[in-house]
Amino acid sequence: MKPAPFSYERPRDLDAALSMLAASRGSAKIIAGGQSLGPMLNLRLVQPELIVDISGLAELKRAEVSRGELVLGALITHADIEDGRTADVTRGAMRGVAANIAYRAVRNRGTIGGSLSHADPAADWISSLAALGARVTLRSLAGARTMAIEAFVVGALESALHAGEIVEAIHVPSRAASAHWGYAKSCRKTGEFAHAIGAVLIDPVAASARVVIGAIDTTPIVVTDAAELFGGRIVADYKQRFDARVADDLLTKAGIDDAAQRHIHVRVLKRAVLEATA
Amino acid sequence: MRENAGVRNEREFPCKSGQGVGARLPRKEDDRLMRGRGQYVADIRLAGLQDVAFVRSPMAHARICGIHVPERYRGSVFTAADLVGIKPIRAVSGLPGFKISEQPVLATGKVRQVGELVAMCLAPTRAEAEDIAASVTLDLEELSAVTDMLKAREPGSALVHEHWGDNVFLETNYEVDISAALDAPIKVTREISTARQCMSPLEGRGVVATFDRRLDQLTLHSAAQMPHITRSGLAESLGMEEGQIRVISPDVGGGFGHKGILLPEEVCLSWLTMRNGHPVRWLEDRREHLVASSNCREHHYRITVYADRDGTLRGIDCEATVDSGAYSSYPFSACLEAAQVASILPGPYKMPAYRCRTFSVATNKCPILPYRGVARTGVCFALELMLDLVAAEAGLEPGEVRLRNLVLPEQMPFDNITRKHFDSGDYPEAMRRALAAIDIDSIRAKQRLGEVDGRRIGVGVSIYCEQAAHGTSVYSGWGIPMVPGHEQASARLTPDGGLELRVGVHSHGQGMETTLAQVAHEILGVDVAKIRIVLGDTAMTPYSTGTWGSRSMVMAGGAVATACRELGERARRIGAKLLQHDPASVVLQNGEVRGVNGSVSLRAIAHAWYRRPQDLPADVDAGGLEVTQGYKPVRDSGTFSYAAHAAVVAVDPDLGVVEILDYVIVEDGGVLVNPLVVDGQIYGGLAQGIGTALYEEMPFDASGQPLATTLADYLLPGPTEVPAARLDHMETPSPYTQFGVKGIGEGGAIAPPAAIANAVNDALRPLGVELMQSPITPHRLVEAVLAARAAERSAA
Repeated sequence: MKPAPFSYERPRDLDAALSMLAASRGSAKIIAGGQSLGPMLNLRLVQPELIVDISGLAELKRAEVSRGELVLGALITHADIEDGRTADVTRGAMRGVAANIAYRAVRNRGTIGGSLSHADPAADWISSLAALGARVTLRSLAGARTMAIEAFVVGALESALHAGEIVEAIHVPSRAASAHWGYAKSCRKTGEFAHAIGAVLIDPVAASARVVIGAIDTTPIVVTDAAELFGGRIVADYKQRFDARVADDLLTKAGIDDAAQRHIHVRVLKRAVLEATA
Repeated sequence: MRENAGVRNEREFPCKSGQGVGARLPRKEDDRLMRGRGQYVADIRLAGLQDVAFVRSPMAHARICGIHVPERYRGSVFTAADLVGIKPIRAVSGLPGFKISEQPVLATGKVRQVGELVAMCLAPTRAEAEDIAASVTLDLEELSAVTDMLKAREPGSALVHEHWGDNVFLETNYEVDISAALDAPIKVTREISTARQCMSPLEGRGVVATFDRRLDQLTLHSAAQMPHITRSGLAESLGMEEGQIRVISPDVGGGFGHKGILLPEEVCLSWLTMRNGHPVRWLEDRREHLVASSNCREHHYRITVYADRDGTLRGIDCEATVDSGAYSSYPFSACLEAAQVASILPGPYKMPAYRCRTFSVATNKCPILPYRGVARTGVCFALELMLDLVAAEAGLEPGEVRLRNLVLPEQMPFDNITRKHFDSGDYPEAMRRALAAIDIDSIRAKQRLGEVDGRRIGVGVSIYCEQAAHGTSVYSGWGIPMVPGHEQASARLTPDGGLELRVGVHSHGQGMETTLAQVAHEILGVDVAKIRIVLGDTAMTPYSTGTWGSRSMVMAGGAVATACRELGERARRIGAKLLQHDPASVVLQNGEVRGVNGSVSLRAIAHAWYRRPQDLPADVDAGGLEVTQGYKPVRDSGTFSYAAHAAVVAVDPDLGVVEILDYVIVEDGGVLVNPLVVDGQIYGGLAQGIGTALYEEMPFDASGQPLATTLADYLLPGPTEVPAARLDHMETPSPYTQFGVKGIGEGGAIAPPAAIANAVNDALRPLGVELMQSPITPHRLVEAVLAARAAERSAA
């Protein structure tokens, strides 16, 4: 379990990194915390010619609130969020998610941008950030583009990143005072990847709900207008109105044939709904 | 001093120093190991050392049509064609009808498992060796893979070893009057299975081989449990004299059976260092460990239990199949598990009728190896799950059914229906204590109220016996390459009064550097700090079959005691000369020889013998202060330790998650040399048993690809999954061994899967759910819950 030979660069700034990526014509991999890429390199599942280590890029370590949204640089670690070293506009929602990602050793090094780029369906951020309505900015030498998280994750371990492009920042909107947040996952053991994730952001006052069913074999199921899951409208007693059959149908439509798997997903989602609090 | 309030020792040895048999001494070796100063194979540095990586088969079953090595790597890649004169590994059993497999150290003709060695690649570093391995291409013609042991038994199956005509290594039949059971009012039949697992010690296998031209000797450093057996096997495979080979097993990071096997890699590296003249190294990585070398535990049972209405057992009828994998491993053979199943299934229970048919089946999987508990974990799982069903049929508490059928203390020694000879013990008492400690009545009351969080509470028990240190009389019947005889130990007083003990067993977590010193201290009174244990080196220790089968404390402990007694006797005679006493009038006590007019220390005796012989009279005994003695227990049919386990679980039927709320173990390992070490053994075994029960599984697809190739997929329990178990000790001495000790090394891993599965089934029984397969994963559990709900709906 040793990686195939590769070249290694550690650029000083984002422009240099983008230039290296552009020059590599798709044969480079970006490494930040290395918590996913490290094992994949050692297993020779990926054999890039060049590793661009972005851990020295100060531009990607910033976290600031601007115009009502939180902008997190891609290099912010899970532990930064867990420990409250970054500002929070989600009233603790992100902090709670971060604290339960894998193990502390992984959280110390793993980055939010790296987690998104890896696009593992079982990872916490792609589900939770989709539920929070976050967007992601991608940058290349050609410029930047921004898209919703659910558009960014296009398949299992597949993101919308083009060759030469890098996740620069994550934009998290402020959570309204009336919005309830619920997040649940089921793991076979503490710290392992989840086999079911449910994330909900429900605002009975605004009558809106975003619901995510994650850790399925492919991209999370993101329901941006989730009234159907609650009998057609989002009202104060949404917990009682949760309709498991609608969730089950969503999973069936997503190609989950296994009834036990669907059952677990629905129950985890239900737990997220029941535990949701303002 | 009591460090664990839950522990009761019923028998203490009144060793004044507090260092002898029965003392809870912290482990001497931990000073080294816990500071990261252990020396493992991977820590060995030799000048000119080069690394090996192997090209392994990517297919489970295929004909090798070609092996293509790029021009630039010729000379760094070796295949079977290069290994002239190297014999395949053969582990033959003498049991009638056993079919022989030949395991080539590098594949010839065809490959029979994913991960089988095809070529050996040499480079200055492992990474470069892996680059070379990646450049080698194999031209393989894929054959149908045999992956299901039950289908493999059917006619028309693809064949792992064509010339056999079928896939059965060995079939055995055992019967005692099964017809007498058939009219029993309770008859329960089920299929029960345990998953294929990987042993997963912290340290994998590893080999550093080098050749010394002056000594004309190959030295193989290997992470191995049984260095002398490794040497015998190597000599056979390499066609060398045993004296030309030295096997050194340094610190070893856990064995559990995995490191009791002669590896093709050991043979390959031995050949390579002799060919090239420089040291070579191979270190197993975790993927190799999971995929290619460490499979165990895959059993299937079709079992019927017959009982009377009051729960009294009338008989058991069983057909057991074990997936033995592609080859018979040296020295334990491919039938170690299945052939044992027939003889150990009845365990500590009385019954008048019994039948068991077993099959050791060859498949295109990694050879099955012995793993802590060997066949017992599967057997305990099968029988104890069945007894809970008998209890449900009879309307009795599961504990009650055990108590009705367990052998009673007044029946000891007891020969059970398969003629296993139980040396001593009070099995019902262990069960009663476990039921009391888990507080069965309050759990039943709690169950009636239900859990506030929607989970269901369940309680389960299991009990087993662990035959340990079984010797010549047991193993000679199997006719495998290794039959243990007298265990030897050497004891040597050093000129400064220290003691060196040389034993052929090895210690890879068992704490023998401490416990064997305690045994010697018990007899000679030498301070444990001044006793050095030499082990793990064939050049420095007496021949031994090594460490396996929970035998070391009984066998090597007995040998150390025997050698120390003889050494003490010699020292006593020299001491008498120094005291100018009649030898009959002096005694050895607390490290000195005492007579009526004075005493002389062992240190002074050793000094006189080695350094001042002029102080000794001419007629002094010439035997000296170095002794090798052999030892066997009075009976060598094995010691029988046992334990009752009780588990309380909370089961979430919607998520399939099982949480262990409480766990109690009441263990009787005879006289405990060091209860602290025994506690550690039990906790470690429990963790592995929890892995078997809930987490660990190596699945395969239909083409024979192993699917859990990293520890992200092969789940091991961690600290958060292992509860703080409560331990209680009983100490019923064995009548046959030194001090009354019994082997206890494996027990912790035997009973947990059964206790936990019984607890889960207890929790889910009102839902009509029954799980008969390990591990109990969330998916299996939810699937069973949904099936039960569907059945209920269709019934309504």
